[in-house]
Amino acid sequence: MSETFILRGRKVVGGRFEGEALVTRDRISGWGGIDPRSGTVIETRHELKGISFAGKVLVFPGAKGSSGWSSQFHIARLAGVAPGAMLFNEMTAKMGLGAVVVHAPAMTDFDEDPLERIRTGDWVRVDADTGTIEVTPREHRSNRHLSAVATGLDRTPGQP
Amino acid sequence: MILRDDEKAMLAGDEGPAVRKAMDLLVRYGEALGAQYLVDTRNVAGTIGATTPFLRQYGDRNGGMDAVFSEFNLDSAEVVSIPKVKVFSSHLQQGIDPRQAERQGISEDVVRIYETGQAYSSSLGVQPLNTCTPYQVGNVPVKGEHCAWMESSAVIYINSVLGARTNAEGRESTGAAMLTGKIPYWGLHIDENRRGTHLIQLDIEVSTTADWGLLGYWIGEQVQDRIPVIEGLSHQPNLARLKHFGAAAASSGGVEMFHLVGVTPEARTREDAFGSRKPEGTLRFGEAERRWAYEQVNLTARDAEVDFVMLGCPHYSLEQIWEVCQLLEGQRLSPNTELWIFTAASIKQLADLAGYTRIIEQAGGHVMTDTCSAIGKVVPKGTKVAAVDSAKQAHYLPAIMGIQAWFGTTADCVQAAIEGRWRGVLK
Repeated sequence: MSETFILRGRKVVGGRFEGEALVTRDRISGWGGIDPRSGTVIETRHELKGISFAGKVLVFPGAKGSSGWSSQFHIARLAGVAPGAMLFNEMTAKMGLGAVVVHAPAMTDFDEDPLERIRTGDWVRVDADTGTIEVTPREHRSNRHLSAVATGLDRTPGQP
Repeated sequence: MILRDDEKAMLAGDEGPAVRKAMDLLVRYGEALGAQYLVDTRNVAGTIGATTPFLRQYGDRNGGMDAVFSEFNLDSAEVVSIPKVKVFSSHLQQGIDPRQAERQGISEDVVRIYETGQAYSSSLGVQPLNTCTPYQVGNVPVKGEHCAWMESSAVIYINSVLGARTNAEGRESTGAAMLTGKIPYWGLHIDENRRGTHLIQLDIEVSTTADWGLLGYWIGEQVQDRIPVIEGLSHQPNLARLKHFGAAAASSGGVEMFHLVGVTPEARTREDAFGSRKPEGTLRFGEAERRWAYEQVNLTARDAEVDFVMLGCPHYSLEQIWEVCQLLEGQRLSPNTELWIFTAASIKQLADLAGYTRIIEQAGGHVMTDTCSAIGKVVPKGTKVAAVDSAKQAHYLPAIMGIQAWFGTTADCVQAAIEGRWRGVLK
């Protein structure tokens, strides 16, 4: 198996970002599901309960729950704890609007299911403008990736 | 996206900077969705208040309510002067009840911010319905009407029960729709996306409001954001039952539309509900499924001593307040238990007129308006164990407030308020 592989998808919000993947098979609730000031999932039965998505490449099925979804992730962005990029499978109105107001690169409609191919801890380079993501499995991550975490991330937001 | 001439003019700034920002957001949002067009809407329901701490501080630091509207309703860091709304726009629930601030533990400062926000909202021409249920207080969209509403329980209600058309919009998209009268033509605005995906057959009677909540909670978990078609109803549901059903299905999953064969307007028959779609699956709701839902919504409940009974999620109708009065009249609440009933201000006016507020207050309870415990994060001081008759509130309140919550029928809840103990069981 080669060290890195590529997935292709559709741009939702443009821009580039690289960082560590945080993967969940549970859909995420915004209002009542996250604490937007710490970027932490709080939903009672969620597999990420207590875990922060701040600065991560968040890989998840999609959004669920209240239509306060976008405003909660909007607050998370202003609080500096939004995901660095969002990769998801299911487009809904709250997911689309939430992605837009987070301003981070976001993609959907992948050629292969990112939930099957990406694991938490993998290193992911997202280029939403060209519709590609490059994944380096966690066991192949080099020191370069770790130092990128330590020194701040290469981030090019797509929208104002 | 393909824009019409009026939309291009708005995007070019012909109607001022706020409308330009609104159109810019709608285009970014429409492209994210993959929408091709915008559609005209003349009925928007959203929220523009700033009573939560984060928004209050944002307004204070950045120039007041126009700054809050620019950032949180138009996704614009640049502060633009907000004009009057272009189309009929209703305000959804708020963060506090200004008339019950002391009881809710809300400081005078926050009440002043609420009043500033209310005055601002009215100056823009936003209707002060201040409820999660605009359809209970006069904003009743008709079949086929394109709307731009947020509030998941209201979205599912107007799509399914009324046959109006809206996606679950958010604060930013409804803000942009208020100023433009436009929303992306996508999702549930389009005929073929409104047909059913899953058939749900009822093997047991579903009669009480609590039963409908459990059914909704189970269906949401099963179908997530798809469109269930329910068949085999034993009882004709009313507004309250369908309101609780939809609120629950939208909370446990992301259901925005359902069909009840023979009841809802786009499901005269099963064929009508599915159109040309073939059901992706058939699910059966029986005793085991009902028990599963009951256990899920009671997952956080351990201690029988109940110190808070919360009713009115979604906001209670006049009929539900009347029902509580029938259970409560002549009784006295436990000294250890508070009862707060949440409704719209205009429904409370009717409850005042009808004498219901007095019956509830004489028993020791309170009727509150504009907000609810989960949205406002308002519970009586020291609350550890709540009781609710709403599966939606049972889903959210423990996570938001770090308390336990019992779920049961309205009668179970009123009994808990009187005795101070939870005695509800699944019957």
